[in-house]
Amino acid sequence: MSHLARTAAVVAADSKALAKPAARIRARSTKAMIDRYKWYEVVALYAGMAVFLFFVLAPFIEGFLVSLKPLSQLFSTPYNFIPQNGSFDAYFQMWRSVPMLGMHIFNSFFISSVVTLIVVVIVVPAAYAFARFQFAGSGLMLGGFLAVNMFSGAVLLIPLFRLMRQLGLLNTYWAMIVPGAAFLIPSSIWLLRTYMTRIPRELDEAAWVDGASRLYTLRRVILPLAMPGIVVVAIMTFIGAYAQQFIFALTFNSRTEFMPLPVGLFAFFGKQEVQWNELMAASFVGILPVMIVIVFLQRYLVAGLTAGAVKQ
Amino acid sequence: MTGTRSASLFALALLAPALIYILIIVAYPLFDTVVLSFTNAALRPTYDFVGWANYQRIFGAGNFTEVILRTFIWTFFSVATKMLIGTLGATLLNAAIPGQTLFRILTMPPWIVPMAIGIFMWGWMYNGQFGMISGLLQNFGIISKPWPILAQGSSAFWATIVTDVWIGVPMVTIYLLAAMQSIPKDLYEAAWTDGAGRFYRFRRITLPLMMPAMLTMSLLSLIATFNSFDIIWILTQGGPSGSTTTMIIDTYKTAMGSRKYGEGAARAVVICIFVSIFCIVYFRAVRKLSQGEAK
Repeated sequence: MSHLARTAAVVAADSKALAKPAARIRARSTKAMIDRYKWYEVVALYAGMAVFLFFVLAPFIEGFLVSLKPLSQLFSTPYNFIPQNGSFDAYFQMWRSVPMLGMHIFNSFFISSVVTLIVVVIVVPAAYAFARFQFAGSGLMLGGFLAVNMFSGAVLLIPLFRLMRQLGLLNTYWAMIVPGAAFLIPSSIWLLRTYMTRIPRELDEAAWVDGASRLYTLRRVILPLAMPGIVVVAIMTFIGAYAQQFIFALTFNSRTEFMPLPVGLFAFFGKQEVQWNELMAASFVGILPVMIVIVFLQRYLVAGLTAGAVKQ
Repeated sequence: MTGTRSASLFALALLAPALIYILIIVAYPLFDTVVLSFTNAALRPTYDFVGWANYQRIFGAGNFTEVILRTFIWTFFSVATKMLIGTLGATLLNAAIPGQTLFRILTMPPWIVPMAIGIFMWGWMYNGQFGMISGLLQNFGIISKPWPILAQGSSAFWATIVTDVWIGVPMVTIYLLAAMQSIPKDLYEAAWTDGAGRFYRFRRITLPLMMPAMLTMSLLSLIATFNSFDIIWILTQGGPSGSTTTMIIDTYKTAMGSRKYGEGAARAVVICIFVSIFCIVYFRAVRKLSQGEAK
């Protein structure tokens, strides 16, 4: 290498090194200034945010206040937004009014947990197959799985009802678990496949070269690496299963002891004069688990919600 | 290691559980719906094929076209409102203001909480005698007597739309927010350097680049809304006097209420045809967009 060329290279490298912090400073100041709002813009943003969040949260605020109000105040006019001599009585009385309440909450958990387990066991190998192998009809099959999302359980209710009857599953937990899981499988495959395609292919190939079998590679190389993705899928599935248990539970099961919380409450309060404060109290107890999930697993949640959505 | 026959076999073996599950629980029922729609199946175990009789009956009765029309109006207003509020919400959540993370978390509850429970709460808010909406409107003197929102046809129709919007907005918002954040920052900086204002940047950068995401979301939302069952069933069960009976509710009533499986299946097939049309539009749009991205 000639002397001149080396000098040029050094200068080039130097100038790059010099330019870097300057560029970074410029970028930072641009970002800071582009995001700077005038005072009226800040006011408008917070006002808009307040209106938006009021729409989203109003039913929860109202529901919570109702759960604190005694029935006499609830059924009185004029309307009072704030409870007067409010108490948590409803949270104690509801266990007596709805004798199976504890059972319903357990059922909700149990059904969602089994659904999650089934979905994860089925989805992990399927997602791996779609992420790593090009085989005849793979694109078509992936499309087919996605198309399942287009049909709701409500449309297929009649044949599903007959199928459950034939299989002898009516009025059992399985009548709610089996169809519930089916409609959560496709989006989970999609989500996990996206995650698995990001795992470098070289890792599989290295294991292959070392003589590992395909199954061993999946179990010992891919599974540990895909764990964060699998956790996200499991959380999303659990929340989905917990949030959507209504129509199958309403139609395929009529035994009170198997009903999940939403249907249990719907059936009970449909029968008699609605004790609204207790209904709201029971609802809040049913919401509590997902609220805890939101608070503790918030980071996973946002990742799961956005990754699954955007990658389409 | 790829491309060999054993690799394909291995992939198929991995897929088999998912494939079999979906074939039994989704594909077979779909097929069975079509078969049943040509029969007079009811509660009794045997049934006969009746040709197009079910279809002739439902289209001949007159109220079915009304139900279809109502479903489309219901779906249109719900999806349009969701997209509008979702876009506004995403823009607000995207703004760099303190409290951003908290606001994002607070957006999620309607999506994540059991749907039925959120709907119970709306049911109370709509209560004419003692509910929040009627009560507050009276307190402020906007209306003079109790307003039984769910007991009147037209207000019940709009009330179910509002609740559907409420449940759908968080998903639309978070999705659009994610799309908004994937827009390269350089574009905004370049425009900013050239002196483009905030509103101009939103109109000329954000909106055009959000178009694919907005299209995808409105189609997904369209399909979900078209199939919406829980909200209407819990709030009004399709009433008063059929004013909130959408195609799904209509199918459910025919099949599970009157136990006319054959006729109910025919109604379900009509829904499937509409959904398939949405489906084709969706896949076309996605393919067109991904081709656009590849360029």
